[in-house]
Amino acid sequence: MRHLKAAVLVLILLFIPAILFCADASAHPESSVAPWWIWPLVLFIVTFILGIVAVLGGVGGGVLFVPIIGGFFPFHLDFVRGAGLLVALCGALAAGPGLLKKGLADLRLAMPVALIASSCAIVGAMVGLALPTNIVQTALGITILGIVAIMIYAKKSELPEVKKADALSTALRINGIYHEASTGQDINWKIHRTPQGLALFIIIGVMAGMFGLGAGWANVPVLNLLMGAPLKVSVATSKFLLSVTDTSAAWIYINNGAVLPMIVVPSIIGIMLGSIVGVKILAKTKPASIRYIVIFMLLFAGMRALLKGTGIWN
Amino acid sequence: MQEPHIKIAEEQTTYAGVLDTGMKAGLLIIIFTFAVYVFNLLQPHIPNAEISRYWSLPVHQYLQATGVHAGWSWLHMLGKGDFLNFAGIAFLAGISIICYIRIMPVLIAKKDTAYTVIALLEILVLVLAASGVLRSGGH
Repeated sequence: MRHLKAAVLVLILLFIPAILFCADASAHPESSVAPWWIWPLVLFIVTFILGIVAVLGGVGGGVLFVPIIGGFFPFHLDFVRGAGLLVALCGALAAGPGLLKKGLADLRLAMPVALIASSCAIVGAMVGLALPTNIVQTALGITILGIVAIMIYAKKSELPEVKKADALSTALRINGIYHEASTGQDINWKIHRTPQGLALFIIIGVMAGMFGLGAGWANVPVLNLLMGAPLKVSVATSKFLLSVTDTSAAWIYINNGAVLPMIVVPSIIGIMLGSIVGVKILAKTKPASIRYIVIFMLLFAGMRALLKGTGIWN
Repeated sequence: MQEPHIKIAEEQTTYAGVLDTGMKAGLLIIIFTFAVYVFNLLQPHIPNAEISRYWSLPVHQYLQATGVHAGWSWLHMLGKGDFLNFAGIAFLAGISIICYIRIMPVLIAKKDTAYTVIALLEILVLVLAASGVLRSGGH
C-alpha cells in the first residue's frame, strides 16, 4: 500500500515538471530548440499519468485532457479539442463492450439519450470551431470551474427511489435488472422524469461538442439524480453514451481539419495505458487524497484557461 | 462475463460484440500507422521536424499554410505517413455507425418500432456528421 502511494506521488511529481516545461515552451515557442520527437514523448508521459489519475479520481480522461493539454502545451485549442474528443471516444469504445455485456450499461436507456446528445454535439462542435479562440477558452475555463463545483457539491445516490416510471420511459420500456456484486442482489430499476432528462442532454451534447471534454461529469448526475437510474447503471451507461456522442462531434473536427495525428495518437495510447495501470492500482488501493488532487488539477487548469482566454496569462 | 441469470437483450449483446471487435481492430490500426509515421517509413506531407510550426495555429490558418484540404481529402493522401493515420482514426470514429447498422435487423425482427426509428435516426445523424457536408465557418 505504501509503495503504491509512493508510486502515485512520484508520477504526480513527474507530471509537474513536464507541465512546466510545456508551459515555458508554449509561452516562448520561438526560443524552443526541443527536437520534434520530444513533444509526442512528453505528451505520451503526461497523458499516461492523466490516465492513471482519471481512473483513481473517478473522472473521464477527456475532462482532464482538454484543460491541461490546452493550457500548458503549445498546441492550438482547436487541435486539443479534436484530440480530447478522440481520447474520450476511444476510452468509451474500449469500456463499452464489457459494460454492455455485463448489463451495467443499458442500450435502451442510452439510445434515446445518445440521439439527442449526438445531434446537439454536432451543433456544439460547429459553434466551437466558428467562435474566436479567446471566447471558447474563457467559456472552457468557466465550464471547468463549474465541473469542480459539481465534483465538490453534487451528491450521488446508489439506488434512487423511483416510485413510478413516467409515461415516456414506460412506452420505451426503459427499465432493467442488474446484478450488484457487492451484495449479491439483483436490482430492478426504472426511471422517471425522462422528458426533463432528455432536455438537459441538449445542453450536455452542445457542451461536449464545443469543448471536446467528454461529458461523463454531466451525464452521471442527470441519469442518476434526475432520472433515477442506479449509480452503477448511470456511470456505465454514461461511459457507453460517450462512444456515440463523441463520434458525431469527432467527425466534425476531423472533417474541418482539426485533428493532428502527432497529437491524437500518443494521447490515445498514453491515456489508455494509464487507465489500465490505474485500474490495477485501484484494485489494490484507492488513495483518498487522489480525488482532491484531481479537483486541484481541474481548478488550476480551469483558472489557467480562464486567464488565457481573458488575456491575463498567455 | 454477464451474470448467468440476468438476461441481456439480443441487440445489446450484438452491439457489444461488434464494438469489441471494431475497437481492437481500430487500436491496432492506429498503433501500426503511427509507427509508420514517426519512423518515417512513409514520407509525411508535413515533415516531422516542421509540424511544431503549424500546431499552434488556428485550424483554418493551418489548412492554408500546409495546403491541406478539409473533409475526406485525406483519402487521397493515404500514401503520406501523417495522413495514413486517418485510416485508423476514421475507423474508430465509424465503429458506432457499424454497430447501429448491425442491430437494425435485430430490432426489426423484434418489431420494436420505436427503437428501430431511433437507431435509424442515429445512423442518419452520424452519417451526416461523417459526410463532411457540415463545415464550420472558421474563426
